[in-house]
Amino acid sequence: MTYTKRYDGRKHDEMRQMEAKINVVKNADGSAMFKFGDTIALAVVYGPKILHPQHMQNPRKGILRVNYDMLSFSVPERKKPGPSRRSQEVSKVTEWALNSVVDLESYPNTVVDVHIMILQANAGTRCAGINAAALALASAGIPMKEMISAVAVGKIDETLIVDLIKEEEDYEDGEGATDIPIAFLAKSGEVALFQLDGRITPAELKEVVKIGRKACKEIYEVQKKALKHMEEK
Amino acid sequence: MEISNVTKKRIKEYLAEDKRFDGRKPFDFRDIKIEFGVSKNAEGSAKVTMGNTVVVAGVKIETAEPYTDHEEEGTLITTAELLPLSSPRFESGPPSIESIELARIIDRGIRESGFIDFHKLCIKKGEKVFGILLDIFSLNDDGNLLDAAGIAAISALKVAKMPKYDEKEDVISYGEFTSKGLPITEKTPLAMTFHKIGNKIIIDPTREEEETSEARITLALFKNKDKKDGVMITASQKGNDATFKIEELEEIFEKAKEKFKELNETIEEQVK
Repeated sequence: MTYTKRYDGRKHDEMRQMEAKINVVKNADGSAMFKFGDTIALAVVYGPKILHPQHMQNPRKGILRVNYDMLSFSVPERKKPGPSRRSQEVSKVTEWALNSVVDLESYPNTVVDVHIMILQANAGTRCAGINAAALALASAGIPMKEMISAVAVGKIDETLIVDLIKEEEDYEDGEGATDIPIAFLAKSGEVALFQLDGRITPAELKEVVKIGRKACKEIYEVQKKALKHMEEK
Repeated sequence: MEISNVTKKRIKEYLAEDKRFDGRKPFDFRDIKIEFGVSKNAEGSAKVTMGNTVVVAGVKIETAEPYTDHEEEGTLITTAELLPLSSPRFESGPPSIESIELARIIDRGIRESGFIDFHKLCIKKGEKVFGILLDIFSLNDDGNLLDAAGIAAISALKVAKMPKYDEKEDVISYGEFTSKGLPITEKTPLAMTFHKIGNKIIIDPTREEEETSEARITLALFKNKDKKDGVMITASQKGNDATFKIEELEEIFEKAKEKFKELNETIEEQVK
């Protein structure tokens, strides 16, 4: 049996219902929520603020610090609270991705803290986190070269699909599941995040990049709309 | 010592003409040497030297409880320590994100490729399995620790021998080895990291080149004769702040195919 019909009936290149909302945490300098179906990410920005301890400051520009984590009850089997090796890695790759768009040269010696928290998880959490974080940064007025959007592309058995759900990620028959989170800069189309886990040929991977680019254009539209409807604080 | 800006500038100027300080072309690896028997007490161990970069990896085997969602499969835990003795830039303390990332990429390559047949490590379904502990240490960092660590890891796994195990008593007699190796397959994963410096892509950077690199992407591949490409990519990760153009990624995917064959031959010659 090859995987042709998706569990939730979506077309291969169809995303889950997306939703984006700005200014969801009032205390923050910027905040946003981003949903891919049942996956909900909250991103909150504080800063730029003077970085302590002082020896960590960069006198030439501000630094970005990303912390990604999941609520303990965001997943079926409780996740032990606090950082894990996985969450530390996701924080780092998210930081790299966001660093490619933020421009903190006007804010030397400062830090911009980005907190990403997954409230409810059904795959694609790091991508939802990046989409929310980009919105939170923009709503905080942090200078950005352009917008960034992320999506998970997958190969389930031999079929390429976009925006995987957990059941698809766990598919074990045939060639199994390959999960490829990928982030693009909205205008230049350059790749800011790329990870892969599974088994895929180089030829298929070229196709994956194209599928990801197309999906991220859709995500960008959702992000743009949310920013337009941003409520005044 | 920190790399000076003038050195970085010079590296870029050289690369603009496809030249490197040590005379290599952009896609040349340094000489790779694999040695075994770092410690007699390990079930398997290997030392990899790439230019001045030296990494050791060792395998210990224990009995463990299987994961609840994989009741009939053995386990693998990969750790990496970037030892302060291997570079002035490493400090002791809790694992840095660099060491966590390195271990996780290598772990994913081994796990996802199917290099180890974990089913054959089951002792009693749902209760007891053999657990593989794969530990990687840097001994000298002159760049590209990840690729060297990947080679050391698969080399150590390939030569590892199962320890003597008494099932009734449930004790492993450490120090006594059987002639049986680990259940490994033909799908040896090899990690290769491509770096972007200016508009150029290179592999196997020295420390100076690595400091100059703006972005990197690691691809772990394994041989698959059933596929037209002849290889499959089993793990990948992009690192650092700069971005890759789509065309650059496409070039890298193609190049990885070519370099994989070369690297695989080098390793097969040395790991018998």
